[in-house]
Amino acid sequence: MIEANLHNSAPSYLSDTGKHKGLMAWLTTTDHKRIGLMYMYAIMVFFIVGVLLGELMRLELFFPGQQFYGPQTYNGFFTIHGIIMIFTVVIPGLAVVFGNIIMPIMIGAKDVAFPRLNLFSFYLYILGATIALSSQFMGSGPPDTGWTFYAPYSIQTHTNVVAAVFGAFVLGFSSILTGLNFIVTIHRLKAPGMTFFKMPLFPWSLYATAWIQVLATPIVGITLLMIIAERWLRIGFFDPSLGGDPILYQHLFWIYSHPAVYIMILPAMGVITEIIPTFTQRKIFGYRAIALSSLAIASVGYFVWAHHMFTSGMSITARWVFSLLTFLVAIPSAVKVFNWVTTMYRGSIDVKPPFLFALGFIFLFMIGGLSGLVQGSLATNIHVHDTSFVVAHFHYIVFGGVGFAFFAAIHYWYPKIYGRMYNYKRANAAFIFLFTGFNLLYFPQFVIGMMGMPRRYFDFLPQFTLGHQISFFGGIILLIGLIIMFMNLFNRKGIKASANPWGGKTLEWTIPSPPPAENFEIMPVMGENEEPYDYK
Amino acid sequence: MEHRDDIGSKLGMWVFIFTEILLFGGLFLVYAVMRSNYSTEFHQAAHHLNTFIGAINTVVLLISSATVAMSITAVQKGDNRRAVIFLLITLICAGIFLINKYFEWGHKIHIGLYPRSNLMVTLNHGSVMFFSLYFFMTGLHMFHLVVGAIILTVIMIKVHRRTINAGRYVLLENGGLYWHLVDMIWIFLFPLLYLLT
Repeated sequence: MIEANLHNSAPSYLSDTGKHKGLMAWLTTTDHKRIGLMYMYAIMVFFIVGVLLGELMRLELFFPGQQFYGPQTYNGFFTIHGIIMIFTVVIPGLAVVFGNIIMPIMIGAKDVAFPRLNLFSFYLYILGATIALSSQFMGSGPPDTGWTFYAPYSIQTHTNVVAAVFGAFVLGFSSILTGLNFIVTIHRLKAPGMTFFKMPLFPWSLYATAWIQVLATPIVGITLLMIIAERWLRIGFFDPSLGGDPILYQHLFWIYSHPAVYIMILPAMGVITEIIPTFTQRKIFGYRAIALSSLAIASVGYFVWAHHMFTSGMSITARWVFSLLTFLVAIPSAVKVFNWVTTMYRGSIDVKPPFLFALGFIFLFMIGGLSGLVQGSLATNIHVHDTSFVVAHFHYIVFGGVGFAFFAAIHYWYPKIYGRMYNYKRANAAFIFLFTGFNLLYFPQFVIGMMGMPRRYFDFLPQFTLGHQISFFGGIILLIGLIIMFMNLFNRKGIKASANPWGGKTLEWTIPSPPPAENFEIMPVMGENEEPYDYK
Repeated sequence: MEHRDDIGSKLGMWVFIFTEILLFGGLFLVYAVMRSNYSTEFHQAAHHLNTFIGAINTVVLLISSATVAMSITAVQKGDNRRAVIFLLITLICAGIFLINKYFEWGHKIHIGLYPRSNLMVTLNHGSVMFFSLYFFMTGLHMFHLVVGAIILTVIMIKVHRRTINAGRYVLLENGGLYWHLVDMIWIFLFPLLYLLT
């Protein structure tokens, strides 16, 4: 059976076989692998735009006072940087790219449960992103509220908030439909014999993610609609001058937007869980603990949102409950880290680029996670709230975590997706630049944040200058790393990849690289005694 | 061979219904907070809603839900003609609901009770909040009702053409589920807005 799938001579999904050719064949495809690739290219474009905006902000912050542009432009930059990076890059991120390309193959399916809905989600994504970006060029100027759209400022500002908010609403709808699709796919299309506890752990993490997408996103959807209604109709849900409650807005916003952090990070953890057993040739340690910790993170993570609001005005009881829950959610996250490290113990470690990026992930994620606890505890939270300490913390999670996991994933599945290898040396060099640049860029922000540097400020006191300047150079090194990595990956002239270049054990390595359009010639079956990570 | 998975389709619909409930859940939360902030004003403002029309609409929607369920049974028994009739009754009920809503909203707008009106800005915060929530919630519900009616129309045509039949009717079931959702949201809106006075 395995042999037949391995030597399947059907044309790969990259060559057009349908009635359309070229671009049309891609735009009308319902193949999960093609849709995933289209997501990847779109996300890459948005990511580059977001990175450049970030670099522009660092440039302005090189010296105190105004250098190149004014405070209003700066406010616009951090707003659109946040909207792009959060709503169009990291929230869809790993789930829509590798969830689409790899997950159905990993569970032994030919496609997702609703392929046409999948394509529809993709178009909604593009539509939402376009609407959100149009806010920059149309109406009365780029929004300046920050990506959180806090009321009442988002209702009072004269900038083009409605477009950005409506774009985020459409992106949320796309995210819901993807989550729905994945839930049904994982429930219904697993290979015969593959029970939930025989499923690889990347699909497990996507399953937990999909439930958060489905259960949390509607709340922000309705909240964003209320913002639009307030601006157009002067309904005062959140505007205190009309009798509304701005704290209520913050609650509704974070009820989604905190779980959204887990929408970002859970698939990243899933990727790392795939990479570590492969490159240590060891069975994953604590399979069940990792699988269930995904669910634990998803469910506890749903109830920690108000830790973003410790300084906003809440009862003491609410504050300590949310603080306690925040500490609790650290436990399943730590369970995963311990399991990864234990898996490596006595393994035959092969430090190929994907593994290197995975190590980078663990290191950076740990700094991000531990600094999160500083903010989760009530007293220190007051001290660091709204400082660049927070900025450093969430960039360690979102970029150091999700970003590096994304790089790890692309280096891991690249041979499967394109059927070619990339240059290891350049990939390693890119990693060194990225890792060094990243730490130089964000670590100083912890320090000056502790000293009192506020976030979202265009200007600063002279004592923070050194920190900002180190950050600037870190940003440049990071940019060089990105350029090396992208050039290495875009150069598709590497040697042909075999079906299983890393010695992986999951199902995607049992079919040719790149996979044929139908994935499997003979549908895989999982035997009674088989396990997902059957290494020695 | 065509891939077909009726259980999967229904699972998908149920998950979608969860999201819809949470969408309205956010609104119900806002309603609850505002009701506790402005309980007297809400109490008084609710007197201005027409309980009679609201009650009629509740009955109309309950009937429409029953007829959708009956149309599913009819299709299961192979009686597509009767299923079309039941679906038609459902759509007529939807029409009656919309006509009633037209008169209800029309009356409010006529006396100047609508967002941004000259009258509204003179009212106290609690009343404005109540009427704003009334328009927002019933408006969003109406949008869902119209979408549901469009879906059921498409389904009715398919039942008529027998592409939905006794061997294959998951689309009708999903349409019915969605319609029950529209009905159920109204069942919560009606007491919260009209009856709590």
